[in-house]
Amino acid sequence: MNAGQPAEPRIIAEDLVKRFGSFVAVDHVSFRVGRGEIFGFLGPNGAGKSTIIRILCGLLRPSAGRALVAGIDVARDAERVRERIGYMSQKFSLYRDLDVEENLKFFGGIYRVPRAELGERIRFAIDMAGLGGREHALVSNLAGGWQQRLALGCAVLHRPPILFLDEPTSGVEPASRRRFWDLIHALAADGVSVLVSTHYMDEAEYCHRAALINQGRLIAVGSPEELKNTALGGDLLLLECEMLGPTLAALQSAPGVLDCSVFGNSLHVLVGSAERSLRELPDYLAQRRLPPTRLVRIQPSLEDVFVQLIAVDSAKRRAA
Amino acid sequence: MNAGTPIVAAEALTKRFAESVAVDGLTFSVDRGEIFGLVGPDGAGKTTTMRMLAGVLPPDAGSIVVDSVDVVADPEGAKQHISYMPQRFGLYEDLTVDENIRFYADLFEVPSALREERATRLLAASGMSQFRARLAGQLSGGMKQKLGLTCALVHTPQVLLLDEPTTGVDPVSRRDFWRILYGLREEGVTILISTAYLDEAERCNRLALLYGGRVLYCDTPVALKRHMPGALIVITSSAGRDARAAIARLAGVSNVVLVGDGVHAVVDDSRLRIPELRQALEGVNVPFANIAVGEPSIEDVFMALLDDPEAPR
Ligand SMILES: Nc1ncnc2c1ncn2[C@@H]1O[C@H](COP(=O)(O)OP(=O)(O)OP(=O)(O)O)[C@@H](O)[C@H]1O
Ligand SMILES: Nc1ncnc2c1ncn2[C@@H]1O[C@H](COP(=O)(O)OP(=O)(O)O)[C@@H](O)[C@H]1O
Ligand SMILES: [Mg+2]
Ligand SMILES: [Mg+2]
Repeated sequence: MNAGQPAEPRIIAEDLVKRFGSFVAVDHVSFRVGRGEIFGFLGPNGAGKSTIIRILCGLLRPSAGRALVAGIDVARDAERVRERIGYMSQKFSLYRDLDVEENLKFFGGIYRVPRAELGERIRFAIDMAGLGGREHALVSNLAGGWQQRLALGCAVLHRPPILFLDEPTSGVEPASRRRFWDLIHALAADGVSVLVSTHYMDEAEYCHRAALINQGRLIAVGSPEELKNTALGGDLLLLECEMLGPTLAALQSAPGVLDCSVFGNSLHVLVGSAERSLRELPDYLAQRRLPPTRLVRIQPSLEDVFVQLIAVDSAKRRAA
Repeated sequence: MNAGTPIVAAEALTKRFAESVAVDGLTFSVDRGEIFGLVGPDGAGKTTTMRMLAGVLPPDAGSIVVDSVDVVADPEGAKQHISYMPQRFGLYEDLTVDENIRFYADLFEVPSALREERATRLLAASGMSQFRARLAGQLSGGMKQKLGLTCALVHTPQVLLLDEPTTGVDPVSRRDFWRILYGLREEGVTILISTAYLDEAERCNRLALLYGGRVLYCDTPVALKRHMPGALIVITSSAGRDARAAIARLAGVSNVVLVGDGVHAVVDDSRLRIPELRQALEGVNVPFANIAVGEPSIEDVFMALLDDPEAPR
C-alpha cells in the first residue's frame, strides 16, 4: 500500500489538518506528488478533497501541518506559489457575462502571460477545449460541458508546472472526457505535476497513483493496479442468483465471507480465499434453497475497491 | 410503446438562439411511470429541452403537453404537475440545509408532516443527516448537489425533470440516488433525466440520444445497442495508451477509445480483425492480457454512433 515516494516531489503535504469550528474536514493528511506525476483524489462527497486542494493552492490556511508546493511553503508565500500553479476550481470560476475569448484574456492577465504569447496561448486553449467558432459566445449561454472545458483552458494558459484540477470533467460527455485526459497525459509527459479529483472511477485508472479519502483521512494510496490487487484484503467473487435479497442475507453469515454487496442484478462477494469459497459456497447456499446460477472469481474494479474501503472505514468510525 | 396517452408529449419542438438552433424539430413522448433518459454530447440541446418542458423557456415552435396541460399556453398551470431540477440548482447559500428544504417545501405547499418525513428520508439516503444545521454555502460541491436534489424531491409531482442531477455526486451516493428514483417510479412518478454518466443511462426504461438538437435514436437501452455499427472488441491492457496508438489506424478498425483497464475498438468483422489486432499489438510489444468480442455498454454505442457517418443526422 505504501507506494513508492516520488523522486522529485513537487507537492508535499505533511500532516495537514483543517478544522472549521469543531468540525474536522482534513485530518492529518500526508502525501507527495512527483514531477510529471498524475495523482488522483477519490472519495465521497464531503471527504475533504477540495479543502486539501484549496490549502495547497494557498487559498485556505491549514489549522496544522505544512504544505510545500514547488518547494515553497504555501503558508509563508502563497503569492509565489500561485504564479507556479494552475487551479481549476470545482465551483464555477468563469465570468458568466464575458464571452469565451474575454475570459481567456482576463485570466491571461491575472496569470501574467506575456503579451507576445497571449494570442498563441488563447488559440491553444480554444483548440484544446474544442471551442473554435464560439469565441464570442457568452459563457452563461454555453452548455455546461463547454464551460468546464473553457475553465481548464484558463487554468493552463500560463503553462504552470503544477496543476490542481478539482473535478475537471464533471458533467462532461464521454468523448470530451477522453480528450481531457489525453491532454492531462500530454502535460504530464512534459513534466507537469497534476493533482486531479474525480468521481469517475474509469478516470482513476488513468492516474499514475490515486489516494482514497474518507471523512478527512487518507485511507489508501497506490497505483490503480496496487489498489485493485491488495487494497480489498480478500478475493472478489461474482454471484448470480434468482433471489437477490435472501441470498444477500444468507451470505452475510456464511463462513469465509467478509462482505457482500449488490451490483446491478448480481452480488459481489468478498471472501478470505476464493479457492475455498468457490468450493464451499454453492453447497452452503443450496442447503438454504438458494442455489447460485453462477459463481466466479473476478478482478475487482476500482469502483469495487472504492465502495468496499469506504464502507469498511465508515463503519469503523461509527463504532469508534 | 404502451397503450394510453403519454404523460409527456413534445412535438416538433424548436428553439433558436441568436447564433444557433439549440433544439430542432424535436418529437418524443414519455409514458406514465417511465424513467426516460436524455443523453447526448455537450450542447446537444438537453438543457434547452428540459427548460421548455418545465415551462420556463417558451419554444419558437412546436407543442408540449404534460399531464394533459398545454405547457406552451399555460406554463403556470403546468407547474403543479412538474418538479424541475435545473443543471445549476439555486440554493440559498446563507440559509442552512434545513432552511433551504423548508423554503422549497413552502414554495410547493407541501404539508408539514409529509415534508418532514420526506426530508428525513432523503437526507439520510444521501448521508447528510448530520449536516442539517450547516449553511448551504459551506457544503462541499457534491453535498450541494444532493441538497438540490432533496429540495426538488421534497414535493412529489406527477412528472420530475432532472437535468444532470448526479453531476459531482460520488459513486456510492449515485447508487442510493437511483434507488430513490426507482422508489418514485413505483409510486407512479414519471421521470425525465439527463446525465453525462452513461452507466446511468443503462438504468433508464428508454433513452433519447440527442445530437444537434434532434433525436438520433429513441429506444430502450437494449434495443439501442443493436444499432452498434460493427462488433465491439475489448482489449485488456495495463498500457492502454500504447495499445490505442498501436491499433488506431488499422483498416476496418474504428472508434478506438481508452477505457479504465484497456481499450475498446469497433471492428467491421471480428474474426478477421482480432488476429490483426493481436499482431499489431505484439509487433510493437504492447502488453495485453486479453482480446475478445465484448458486450457493448451504452457508452460504447453512444461513442460509436456519434462517430458513425451512416447515422441519421
Ligand atoms: N467554510 C466552511 N465551513 C464549514 N465547513 C466547511 C467549509 N468548507 C468546507 N466545509 C466542510 O468540510 C467538508 C469537506 O468539504 P470538501 O469541499 O473538501 O469536500 P470534497 O471532498 O471536495 O467533496 P465533493 O466530492 O462533494 O466535492 C464538508 O463536510 C464541508 O461541508
Ligand atoms: N440562452 C442561450 N442563449 C444562446 N445560446 C444558448 C442559450 N442556451 C443554450 N444555448 C445554446 O444551445 C445549444 C444547446 O445547449 P444546451 O441545451 O445547454 O445543451 P446540453 O444541455 O445538451 O449540453 C448550445 O449550442 C448552447 O450554447
Ligand atoms: Mg470537492
Ligand atoms: Mg445541459
